[in-house]
Amino acid sequence: MPPGAPAVFPSILSSMVVIRGDSVTAPQRLLWLLKPTLFLACLAPLALLAWDAWSANLGANPITAIIARNGRWALRFLLITLAITPARRLSGWTWLIRYRRMLGLFAFTYACLHAASYLVLDQFFAWRMILEDVTKRPYITIGATAFTLLVPLAVTSTKKMIRRLGKRWLQLHRLIYVIGFLGVLHFLLLVKSDISSPAKYGAILLLLLGIRAWTWWGRAMMEWATGALAAARRGLLLRRRAGVAK
Amino acid sequence: MLIKVRKPSEVRSSEITDEKLFWDRRRFLRGAALAAAAASATPLLLGSAAARADASAPTGGKLEPLAKSPYSTSEKLNAYKDITTYNNFYEFGTDKGDPASHAGSLKARPWTIKVSGECEKPGVYDLDDLIKPNALEERIYRLRCVEAWSMVIPWVGFPLKEVVKRFGPTSKAKYIAFETLLDAAQMPGQRPSLFGSVLEWPYREGLRLDEATHPLTILSVGLYGKVLPNQNGAPIRLVVPWKYGFKSIKSIVAMRFIEQPPPTSWNMQAPQEYGFYSNVNPNVDHPRWSQKRERRLGEFLKRPTLMFNGYGDEVAKLYSGMDLTKNY
Repeated sequence: MPPGAPAVFPSILSSMVVIRGDSVTAPQRLLWLLKPTLFLACLAPLALLAWDAWSANLGANPITAIIARNGRWALRFLLITLAITPARRLSGWTWLIRYRRMLGLFAFTYACLHAASYLVLDQFFAWRMILEDVTKRPYITIGATAFTLLVPLAVTSTKKMIRRLGKRWLQLHRLIYVIGFLGVLHFLLLVKSDISSPAKYGAILLLLLGIRAWTWWGRAMMEWATGALAAARRGLLLRRRAGVAK
Repeated sequence: MLIKVRKPSEVRSSEITDEKLFWDRRRFLRGAALAAAAASATPLLLGSAAARADASAPTGGKLEPLAKSPYSTSEKLNAYKDITTYNNFYEFGTDKGDPASHAGSLKARPWTIKVSGECEKPGVYDLDDLIKPNALEERIYRLRCVEAWSMVIPWVGFPLKEVVKRFGPTSKAKYIAFETLLDAAQMPGQRPSLFGSVLEWPYREGLRLDEATHPLTILSVGLYGKVLPNQNGAPIRLVVPWKYGFKSIKSIVAMRFIEQPPPTSWNMQAPQEYGFYSNVNPNVDHPRWSQKRERRLGEFLKRPTLMFNGYGDEVAKLYSGMDLTKNY
């Protein structure tokens, strides 16, 4: 913090960390308000799309524009969801976790819109063409796989399912890393030659997964170090004891 | 001809002169040109004189009179706005809207075309001198993009054959290679990004000589009866309606008559996806997507793609005996 900066901000943060109790504090009320606001904000891209479609502002090829926009937003929400854990760890704002499920479900929502606009607007239920696409075009195979993998995650996102699945819930939801890769790959394989846009998404994904890997590695190193230290101490003790026994 | 290069700080002339006044003045000038021509020339010459006067007019300037062509389709035209705002012209960016936003930096005049290789009259030709001897025609063609969308566009132009004839290709000339302008100052998309260049510049295309001299193949200098907008390939572009759109190279600065097939940009970029011929063919899919159907912009349901984009009667004979799954 630069010298002279108001110290109010961290004090709010620290009070937020404390709000596990039952008493409703002012920052907690703020958080309650934040959720519906965030919910509406997540709907904004859809509202904007509807507005652009209504006002014929989607260019000469509106169907392709709708598919592309929903696809991009699905990928963006997926990355935002994946950013929660690293952001929480780096900032110490533990309350961020409260919004992760909602953000993840918005990734699913936009993925549904993306898939639906392909099925209905682009192909108009031409099942034979769709089947051909899914089986013969790698980028569509990959996209369809990513979407299919998202379904069980959305289904098991309720509190009840989290409780019921216990440890397995965490294992299941690690699929999101695979889905992230597939989503970026799907995007990368459909561009003609300008890979700059999918590459940006890929770079962000790698960064977010990289932070996780770094933390895991750090933790593993710490465990190893503690283990080694303990072993060394035990060895020292043994030797000392042996020395005493001599 | 005095060409004024506008610095970003300078005001546009449109900000000074009222547009209506400007066009009134142009109409007056055209009238004067017509009167002068009428006094000295035959009615036929009069037509080309009027066309010539306007081919060098700014974007949006009217081109007339235009001869109708039996090669035109009677299908419903796509809107001028769609044709001029949905473009693949990577020299100005890879988004469909980029060319319309960024092509203002292209200077369409003065313009020269360098003609070289196996021909009797190589040299550097001024564009207006090249256009001058030709009567401008309206050609309403289907355009099928390799990305599986299509449009119907009323081009203005003249057969490439006429120009080829004038340069006198020798017996060794089997192909023509074309090149687009290479100038990153005018074409910002040619600057390499973090990931390198999207294509190897300049953009290159080529035709077999019999394809180039086919009556359907034209050089276009306009659309919708007006001077070609920059984003559509001003000041002069190729239009080969039975091939995927990328074969119709834009903003041409060079033509070379050669014996061997020339390297072409998309083929260099991804040879397994884009062949030298690139004829519209619903039976040969792009490796990553189907070519069986296309979306005609403005329509909801996709329509089946036609062999040679519906120009089979005219061009199928050019490829008789060839395996089009190999020569895609």
